[in-house]
Amino acid sequence: MKVTLKVNGAEHTGDVEPRVLLVDFIRTNLRLTGTHIGCDTSGCGACTVLVDGTPLKSCTLLAVQVSGRSITTVEGLAAGAGMSPIQTGFHEEHGLQCGFCTPGMMLVGTALLEHNPNPTDEEIRWAISGNICRCTGYMNIVKAIQHAAAINAAAAKAPAAEAVAAGGGK
Amino acid sequence: MFPAAFDYRAPASLAEAVDILRQRGEEAKVMAGGQSLIPLLKLRFSQPALVVDIGHLPNLAGISRSNGHLSIGALTKHAAVESSTELKTVCPILPEAAHWIADPLIRNQGTVGGSICHADPSGDWGAVMLALGADFVARSESGERVIHGADFFQGPFTTALRADEVLTEIRIPVAAHSGGAYNKLERKVGDFATVAVAVQVELNGDRVARAGIGLTAVADRNLKATDAEKALTGKPPTDEVIAEAARLAAAAAEPKSDIRGSSEYKKDVVRVFVQRGLKTAVARAREGK
Repeated sequence: MKVTLKVNGAEHTGDVEPRVLLVDFIRTNLRLTGTHIGCDTSGCGACTVLVDGTPLKSCTLLAVQVSGRSITTVEGLAAGAGMSPIQTGFHEEHGLQCGFCTPGMMLVGTALLEHNPNPTDEEIRWAISGNICRCTGYMNIVKAIQHAAAINAAAAKAPAAEAVAAGGGK
Repeated sequence: MFPAAFDYRAPASLAEAVDILRQRGEEAKVMAGGQSLIPLLKLRFSQPALVVDIGHLPNLAGISRSNGHLSIGALTKHAAVESSTELKTVCPILPEAAHWIADPLIRNQGTVGGSICHADPSGDWGAVMLALGADFVARSESGERVIHGADFFQGPFTTALRADEVLTEIRIPVAAHSGGAYNKLERKVGDFATVAVAVQVELNGDRVARAGIGLTAVADRNLKATDAEKALTGKPPTDEVIAEAARLAAAAAEPKSDIRGSSEYKKDVVRVFVQRGLKTAVARAREGK
């Protein structure tokens, strides 16, 4: 069957059997291997992707099921050469050890901050409760997401570059 | 892991869906969010020739109120129930139960109707709907049929739905002076319940006008604790009456000993949760929630 997906902003089409899982389509057909296969039984969240901005487990979705939707994988987080706030947060707060859960954690964190820009530690813990860190590095993952929230908050407060250029916002 | 091969249809309308099921219902599985079905397909516990994906059908998701009942569209996501501010006021047991289903990512995709039709004896919605006295609305090419909650669950993963039917809506009676609670014991977030208990009571003055008690993971299906419900009806919800209802509910439970606990332990959790749930439910009913 024909599948059309917008992945990280670029449109991709593929011809796959209905039984092909979204995670396999992303990894095998699109060669985007940042989306991981961990437990393969929808328990661990290593395969997390954003579907129209909502974090879902791509090992428990058929590629044909989400045809026409917009997917964000970890490869889509960075803006050009720069890191996204969540990536900076994981970098600064040592939010990863082995790194296997990290793509899923960062995507869940990104989605959380999208609708809850100033979460409590408790809210972050609930948000990542479908994602398992086998290194048990949860403390720093929570800190990393808080770090990203702080970056976003600072950016929101800072005057826009255009305003500064126009001589305002001092 | 990947599923065995199957044909896939994603009908654009309910009429098209029931038409497909009229022709091929016996060899088909209906998929809503897929959060129960896809794991079964991957493990090859289920190998249907055809998967009918109704996840894209319009007008089957959403929560509304009419004629004294709440209507929950079969495709309503668990997350939508969990975050509904209206339900927190009108029927708090629903968001409370939703919060404990699987994990946040699965709640973003899994649907209330799909979970109910999956009819896992460890599923949460079945017990909640039994406690609430819900009706299930099914559609086939021959029309609409209303199945009462108590008749719906027939055994493990087995419901009263026919192969040519689709669940479209869950109807929940809403009464004033009623309240409910869902208590769930799980080993970790995302695990199935070791035991869970749904309780809903409606008060008439100082007395219980109606009580509903649904049990999760303690029988071959979601169980309605009818003896315990009867022991409450018409009586003031005193500690003694509640303790007796809890004893009867525990006696009705038939849990199996497994990695999550012994049968005796689970029965006692039923007793404690019925007691605890009833106290919360009565307090909420008195607040008018």
